[in-house]
Amino acid sequence: MAPVPKSRPRRRTDRLVASLTAHFFLILGAAFILLPFVWMLLTSIRPASEVFTAGFNPIPSAFAGVENYSEALTKSPLLRFMANGVFVCLGILAVQLLFAIPAGYALAKLSFRAQPLIFALVLFGLTVPVQVTALPIYIALARLNLLDTYFAIMVPFFLSVFGIFLFRQFFKSFPQEIIHAARLDGFTETEIILRIIVPSAMPAIAAFAVFSITSHWNDLYWPLIVTTSPDHATPPLGMMIFRDQETGSNYGALMAGAAIITAPLIIAFLIAQRHFVRGITMTGVK
Amino acid sequence: MTAATLSVSRNSQMRAEAIAGYAFAMPALFLILILLILPIIVVFMISLTDYQLGALTWSWVGLANYAEMMADKAFLRSLANTFIYVAIVVPGSVGFALIIAILVQERTKSKAIYQTIFFLPVTTTLIAMSVVWHFLLNPSLGPVTSLARALGFGDFDVFGDPDLVLVGLAVIGIWQLVGFNMILFLAGLTAIPRDLYDAADIDGADGVWDRFARVTWPMLGPTTLFVVVTSTITAFRVFDTVAVITRGNPMGRSDVLLFTLYKVGFQDFNIGPASAMTIAFLVFVLVVALAQAFLIDRRTHY
Repeated sequence: MAPVPKSRPRRRTDRLVASLTAHFFLILGAAFILLPFVWMLLTSIRPASEVFTAGFNPIPSAFAGVENYSEALTKSPLLRFMANGVFVCLGILAVQLLFAIPAGYALAKLSFRAQPLIFALVLFGLTVPVQVTALPIYIALARLNLLDTYFAIMVPFFLSVFGIFLFRQFFKSFPQEIIHAARLDGFTETEIILRIIVPSAMPAIAAFAVFSITSHWNDLYWPLIVTTSPDHATPPLGMMIFRDQETGSNYGALMAGAAIITAPLIIAFLIAQRHFVRGITMTGVK
Repeated sequence: MTAATLSVSRNSQMRAEAIAGYAFAMPALFLILILLILPIIVVFMISLTDYQLGALTWSWVGLANYAEMMADKAFLRSLANTFIYVAIVVPGSVGFALIIAILVQERTKSKAIYQTIFFLPVTTTLIAMSVVWHFLLNPSLGPVTSLARALGFGDFDVFGDPDLVLVGLAVIGIWQLVGFNMILFLAGLTAIPRDLYDAADIDGADGVWDRFARVTWPMLGPTTLFVVVTSTITAFRVFDTVAVITRGNPMGRSDVLLFTLYKVGFQDFNIGPASAMTIAFLVFVLVVALAQAFLIDRRTHY
């Protein structure tokens, strides 16, 4: 039996109702997601005295953004924390790339006896979180008198098994003929990596950079363990230090501080959304 | 070139390749050994000793640290709390993400903006946003509590109430994870061939629910399984929100595994029990990873 064709107007109203319902739920969800961001920004420009009486009144009575943001920047070395964050993230990323790209190339394109074993170790490493190795690495750093240094904050992450895995997968699909032709032209393996593989791997490098920088800019567990002075504190740790000084006294400045610390990644995300979504969800889609 | 010289040159090429392979893989292998394998061996060995930080002597104590861990009420409580937290965050973040992904996928003009909004928490520093959430739900100053009071729901103190604290933390967990899961579901949805919906349509399955039950849900099986596994691992590692907002309070009702591990190992420096907990944590993570490998292998070939 042929399906009974529905009349066009009914389908159109159906579709309108469906679309309105969808928007209703999506806007509800979006409001929940945006609530803390909006409230953070509103409170960061609200006069300190009003915070205690504002309740759920969203609109500040006066603009106190200048006071709050300048207090956030002067009361606590927020810019220092951010600079630490940039230094730590770039340091980690540079070393990760330096180790992971050649290893990924070796695992994808060169054949040698230990290759399957190394790849198995990489796959095993993918499942091991940093909290597992934290204790012995901490003890080693304590013995070497290296606690509370930039090196201590960075060292467990110099190895990125995820990076090795990612580059190995990416290089795997690189045409063997090109590598072969380069060898016949007298390229050494190092030249092949630097002049052929790396330029072609820029999308993978960009995605990995986003992944690595967001994870280490936001990481709290390890910096909290190895850092004791605020000198080397990364942004999340700085946020905690700032919060502890400010307890209950000035929410305006506290929210301004939160806005300053989250701003770089949010702005970068809004500019390069595609890279962010790709880079961060790459851990998921293998 | 004769066959002999060809095979010699092929041999030398293979040798050159092997040498290069070792040269490029060795630095990474060195890091794997000193930053991954050796620490795991060391933490396992320490878990069998009475080693103390800075001590010059130590002795083997067998499974005493494990026995102490299993008898430690705080540890067992944190394990139970972690499971409760996972049991709220996983269904919440997966269920909402699936609904959002289906609704977002059918939008044309607004798709990008919704995606951006839902993904925003994934990139944001959770520590800073935890401070904001703490303020939002502050029992006297927070707008959410003021609103609830004005609407007649009475007073509530999410992070001070032993029965609500895990729910409060789980809401933040869902808030952070839902956009990530949405992206994974969107990838799964795009991979479903349009023809299947057309075929279902011809079969009379043209309602929203019919399309979901007959096409979307069965086709998303592998994606859903994957999202559940990654969400479980993420939720199991909850730490940041607890460290910033509750520190395990009230009455240890929000103590979670990694926070307890942090306190025992790096605040009390109780190295033996902390390394036993680390091994327990590793075993759990490996079990989930193996389950994932096993399940995904079986589920993808129907």
